[in-house]
Amino acid sequence: MNNTQSTELLFEMSRPGRRCHMLPDCDVPAVVDLLPASARADAPPPLPEVGEIDLIRHFTNLSTRNMSIDTNFYPLGSCTMKYNPKRHERLAALPGMADLHPLADDDSSQGMLQLLFEMQQFLAEISGLDAVSLQPAAGAQGELTALFVAAAYFRDRGDAERKRVLVPDSAHGTNPASASLAGFQSVQIKSNAKGLVDLDDLKSKLDERTAVFMITNPNTLGLFEGQIAAITEMLHAAGALVYLDGANMNAILGITRPGDFGADMQHYNVHKTFTGPHGAGGPGSGPIAVRNNLAPYLPAPLVVKEGERYRLDFDRPKSIGRVRSFFGNVGILYRGYCYIRTLGPDGLKSISENAVLNANYLLAKIKHTLEVPHGDRCMHEFVASAHKLLTQKKIRAMDIAKRLLDFGFHAPTVYFPLVVREALMIEPTETESKETLDAFAAALLRIIEEDAAFLQQAPHSLGISRPDEVKAAKEPILRWS
Amino acid sequence: MSDAYILNTLGDRKQMLAKIGAASVDELFAMVPASVRLKRPLNIPPALSEMELSQHMRSLAARNRGAGDRICFLGGGAYDHFIPSVVDAIAGRSEFYTAYTPYQAEASQGSLQAFFEYQTLICQLTGMDVANASLYEGGSSVAEAVLMAVNITGRKGKVLISESVHPEYRQVLATYLANLHVELITLPTPNGFLDPDDIKRAVDDQTACVVVQHPNFFGGLEEVESLAAIAHARKSLFVVSFDPISLGLLKRPGQYEADIAVAEGQNLGTPLGYGGPYLGVLACRKEFVRQIPGRIVGQTVDRNGQRCWALTLQTREQHIRREKATSNICTNQGLFALRAAVYLSALGPQGLKQTAELCLRNAHYAAAELVKVSGVELRFQRPFFKEFVVRLNADVSRLLTKVRTAGFDAGLALGRWYGNLNDSLLVAVTEKRTRGEIDELAAAVGKALASGK
Repeated sequence: MNNTQSTELLFEMSRPGRRCHMLPDCDVPAVVDLLPASARADAPPPLPEVGEIDLIRHFTNLSTRNMSIDTNFYPLGSCTMKYNPKRHERLAALPGMADLHPLADDDSSQGMLQLLFEMQQFLAEISGLDAVSLQPAAGAQGELTALFVAAAYFRDRGDAERKRVLVPDSAHGTNPASASLAGFQSVQIKSNAKGLVDLDDLKSKLDERTAVFMITNPNTLGLFEGQIAAITEMLHAAGALVYLDGANMNAILGITRPGDFGADMQHYNVHKTFTGPHGAGGPGSGPIAVRNNLAPYLPAPLVVKEGERYRLDFDRPKSIGRVRSFFGNVGILYRGYCYIRTLGPDGLKSISENAVLNANYLLAKIKHTLEVPHGDRCMHEFVASAHKLLTQKKIRAMDIAKRLLDFGFHAPTVYFPLVVREALMIEPTETESKETLDAFAAALLRIIEEDAAFLQQAPHSLGISRPDEVKAAKEPILRWS
Repeated sequence: MSDAYILNTLGDRKQMLAKIGAASVDELFAMVPASVRLKRPLNIPPALSEMELSQHMRSLAARNRGAGDRICFLGGGAYDHFIPSVVDAIAGRSEFYTAYTPYQAEASQGSLQAFFEYQTLICQLTGMDVANASLYEGGSSVAEAVLMAVNITGRKGKVLISESVHPEYRQVLATYLANLHVELITLPTPNGFLDPDDIKRAVDDQTACVVVQHPNFFGGLEEVESLAAIAHARKSLFVVSFDPISLGLLKRPGQYEADIAVAEGQNLGTPLGYGGPYLGVLACRKEFVRQIPGRIVGQTVDRNGQRCWALTLQTREQHIRREKATSNICTNQGLFALRAAVYLSALGPQGLKQTAELCLRNAHYAAAELVKVSGVELRFQRPFFKEFVVRLNADVSRLLTKVRTAGFDAGLALGRWYGNLNDSLLVAVTEKRTRGEIDELAAAVGKALASGK
């Protein structure tokens, strides 16, 4: 079944004179010297030369060397790898949508603007907040945008001395990275023994220098902060803002809303919660929702409705400006819109109920064999630890992850969050069946009984095994030559 | 119907709850205090079946006028280029589009190898040493390149950017720099290009970088070789935003000594799609490799010595470095990097050159035909590639409306970005435009101008 057209590089397949794409002859009159000689290259770039069938075989064979949602259970914690409905792909290709120029005038874009306007409203409603910018291209950019908004808000109030952003130690690395990029210093807040925010530590670090507290709720351990209302009150009393990292919205749709538990702003990962295909690493889409008092600072443009007409509103004098060119990652917003319309209010709530049910079921199946440090119950995901296995049997989280691949399961997220040793972060999502969860649990329980030396060499069935990452970083080869 | 994608039956739920030891699904949410629960259904429209959804989306799409409806001369950073069917065929493989970031290399060799090939293709295209596995889009790529330059040079004094760089890219950069105490100075370009003498006066020992676009926002060529030399004389970096298609004909950024080259990669096989997702291209000199933002794929060997690929140089990244990371970016635009890789390899050197030549010749023919119309003249006397600016002796937005009814999107009114160009129109002409379409555009513009008097 295997052939070399997948493992051979395009450049190794190249033969001078071969070609895939042909163009028509030029039908306008020939004119010489349209470009100054000094600007012209002597020859076109040395791209590979391949024929169509070779190109198609090459990339098609490459695709078979991936695991994907369409081929494998993909319980990658924190990434919400749920099913990506096929109807979205067909509808995204509709003429009038796929071929609409980003700078087309508003009258030529009324259908698109209506969709985006309604998407702003849906996301506001789901978050319990007032205004939405769809512009950020990914969750990390949404976070950054929200911090830009916070900085502009404090500057506008003459309160620009607030330079600190508080971030729990269980947070995603993007939180402190975004804080730095927005000109803030991040201060780490400890987790307590239950895996929740240590309120005493938070109190001791909260003062008039605090601009924003960034909290992920449910947090990265899959736990809901029961004291969230008290936490947000404390922050507000100190004059600070609360930012909700919306990474885990899949657990709370229609159950609770960030605006209702005191968040002032949040981002969404539309590609996660509302199922944009992850594209082997992107695109995402990271809209932000904010309270009314922060709305003036949102990036421009927003979509507004006047009578029956929709238009882009650029007239936003206090706006932070732009974080990307053009409107946003519309293709992902579009799929998210289709998803929300397909599910409706009951369907959205059902997502969270089933995501939480599936996660708890899996947790119940494995917790007696594989340690889960933070409790008996979880929201949409949980974090197991291989720490005991490591000390007793020399089996690491990575060994389990790699061996799962042999069973046809994508690995959970490993070594995150940092607060759990030998972490395996498991998020089954709501679109999986009980049978799949049973099979995954059975594989996991079988693996931890296997011989450590065998596991350390896993996977055994995937063509390659354990790339030398140290060599890759020490002697970087980043291109073919 | 509302449970469209849920597989758990009532029976399953019962068994699962029994295993968990919970009486109800609601009990699983005990961690969420009653005081913060939502006590009503979300206020969003009721569920739709696939058939109803399809009808609804078609009705929305019918209210738009895309490039399939009107002959498209709109550009300004997004272009109606032809997309060979092989691009959609490969990007439509769900093994690619439903995978995620290749954290587990063994289960992601397909994507990893495709990204390694993408990185190589971008190096071949630009003549630069290294490329990352892509960023969001053209505008934030300029901002990331400037942040890189500030880090590399250690100069926090100022950044110089030409007014002929895409106005939205400049807005993005201003937003990114607003909280970092780096002064952003925009150099005016009244003649449609950056005068090297202006940059010579402005650049100093505190200048982190000089940013230009070539061909620039007006479609015109910049004096990139002189500009690079001026920047380098003060040990500033030279950052260029380029049009990938133009490199079928123009000198490559590596040939004119660019330090960091970025681009909007939409024109490498991505549909217009109202602005995104697109593709941010970033390539640079090899000595800057550890300052590059975003994902990078490297070649290595596995435990059996077999060649393979993995994400690499991750110590730059946020999940390890947290607040000290080179950027907060934690994704690339994988699917669009794949599209670009297929597009570039489908075209090859000759296809890219021919595409660029068609753009060049069509655009010059369009400019020649348009200026034959009374009331239309070229705004700038600069060599250009596939876009050019014309001045009209009539109200630009009224003219555009009239020409739209004749079936053409004639171009972009520049007044929204440039106060001095209220009377001007930016016209883009790709390889897809035919002589017949260009002739009809010129006739429609002529008719509209004549009727306006």
